[in-house]
Amino acid sequence: MVMPQIKEVLGSEETPKPDNAVVARGISKTYGDVEALKDLTLEFPRGQLTSLLGPSGCGKTTLLKIIAGLLEPNAGEVEVNGKPVTGPGPDRAFVFQDFALLPWASVIRNVAFALELRGVAKSEREAIAEKYIADVGLSGFEKSYPHQLSGGMRQRVGLARALSVDADVLLMDEPFSAVDEQTRRKFQEDLLNLVQNENKTFIFVTHSIEEAVYVSDQIAILLPRPSRVSEIIRPTGLRNKNVDNIRRDSEYLDIVDSIWASLRSYVE
Amino acid sequence: MTIYGYRLPAMSSLILWGLLWEIVGRMGLTFFVPPLSEVFVTLFSVVGTAPFLKALSETAYAFSAGVMFAIVIGIPLGIMMGKNRLVDELFLPWVNMFLSAPLTALVPVLMVLFGFGMKSIIITTTLFAIWIIILNTRAGVLQINRSLVEMARCYGANPLQAFYKIYFWAALPEILGGVRIGVIRAVKGVIIGQLLISIVGFGALFELYANNFLMSHFWAVLLVLFALAFSVSEILAYLERRVSYYAAKR
Repeated sequence: MVMPQIKEVLGSEETPKPDNAVVARGISKTYGDVEALKDLTLEFPRGQLTSLLGPSGCGKTTLLKIIAGLLEPNAGEVEVNGKPVTGPGPDRAFVFQDFALLPWASVIRNVAFALELRGVAKSEREAIAEKYIADVGLSGFEKSYPHQLSGGMRQRVGLARALSVDADVLLMDEPFSAVDEQTRRKFQEDLLNLVQNENKTFIFVTHSIEEAVYVSDQIAILLPRPSRVSEIIRPTGLRNKNVDNIRRDSEYLDIVDSIWASLRSYVE
Repeated sequence: MTIYGYRLPAMSSLILWGLLWEIVGRMGLTFFVPPLSEVFVTLFSVVGTAPFLKALSETAYAFSAGVMFAIVIGIPLGIMMGKNRLVDELFLPWVNMFLSAPLTALVPVLMVLFGFGMKSIIITTTLFAIWIIILNTRAGVLQINRSLVEMARCYGANPLQAFYKIYFWAALPEILGGVRIGVIRAVKGVIIGQLLISIVGFGALFELYANNFLMSHFWAVLLVLFALAFSVSEILAYLERRVSYYAAKR
């Protein structure tokens, strides 16, 4: 059972100087002639979950990969903890849409893989991995291989790997889109707990309005052609309510409706 | 396969062909085909003699050295071609050309360049095996899941780590397939080398038996060679099956 008091969110608007873990300033990115992002500026408050929501082709995954340091913007810069991003770094961890697990490696080696790359000794990294495997609820599957697991379990492995490096910022690229509906709901509940318990900043790409409203402290609505942040919504009230009731809360339904109203004309 | 409810063991067709061989041999139609039983009797008398063991060790040495070079050079080159567009543009035309080139015609050139000894034989063997290993490795790397590469970059893999912790393993099913075909081609390469460059090893035995019309000896050595090539190929096929569990799920 999830505790009713999820999180106390101060209205960031009123705070004089918000503490931002990640800031994207004036980001532009073009692929050939296609403008994926144009002069996009967005702030990601520390310890909160920010969703990037929008129709397909609005550049939300592009923005996430620029923050990860996997793509380089044509203009603008990203700062993580005040330092400009020049490439991937240990302050950020990535959760992939297709899980990106090594199919030839066991669960424990997959979870410990990021630490393995950093040269952490085997016994030490496996001890850390075991802890996170237990945290995501996969105890007993350490020796299993990804093809023996369900989609939801595979994404738990991906999540454990991202947690194992203890990065400040967790970047999640549509992490639940490849798992079934029931597993997704469980994931969303777990994610709320994670945001509450881990002092991390989450950046979460999704195309599901309901999912965004359910899990986010802040929702950035991205619209295509040219891609930009059209609106930032903070469902502050929802975060203080019992998660079990959120989905029939009138505020939740209102926010979902208003987001759909602003997005519907962009959906083909 | 089952016939009239009986399950036939694997390769039972060989029994049929063996019988046919025996009958044709006994009919004495041509000196070229002695009865299979005679071939086997010869085989057991030849195996264990000093000349045979010498030929076997010479051939095995040239073969394994040639295959080793093909693997050690071919796999890294194939991975680099799959990873790097520039390297690919540079080498792909040559690889494709040599894959289909009549390499036997090149052997005299090799003799001029590298002499008449073991060195030329090993190089011939390598040339027969390497191209398909390169091409298969390259194909394996090209189909690698992009997000695995991004994952490695994201979590701080340096290029060397990406090479041997991601690319090699992700391409391993294709690499093993390439090595298996390469090894079969290397068998041809080593025998052609031993026939054309210097008459040593099994090549010398073939030459000797064929020139003296010792057909049952000839067939006996051919059977031994076939058995060796088949075993090596089966070992590699076994390794391929070991990694097939992830071949479809990368």
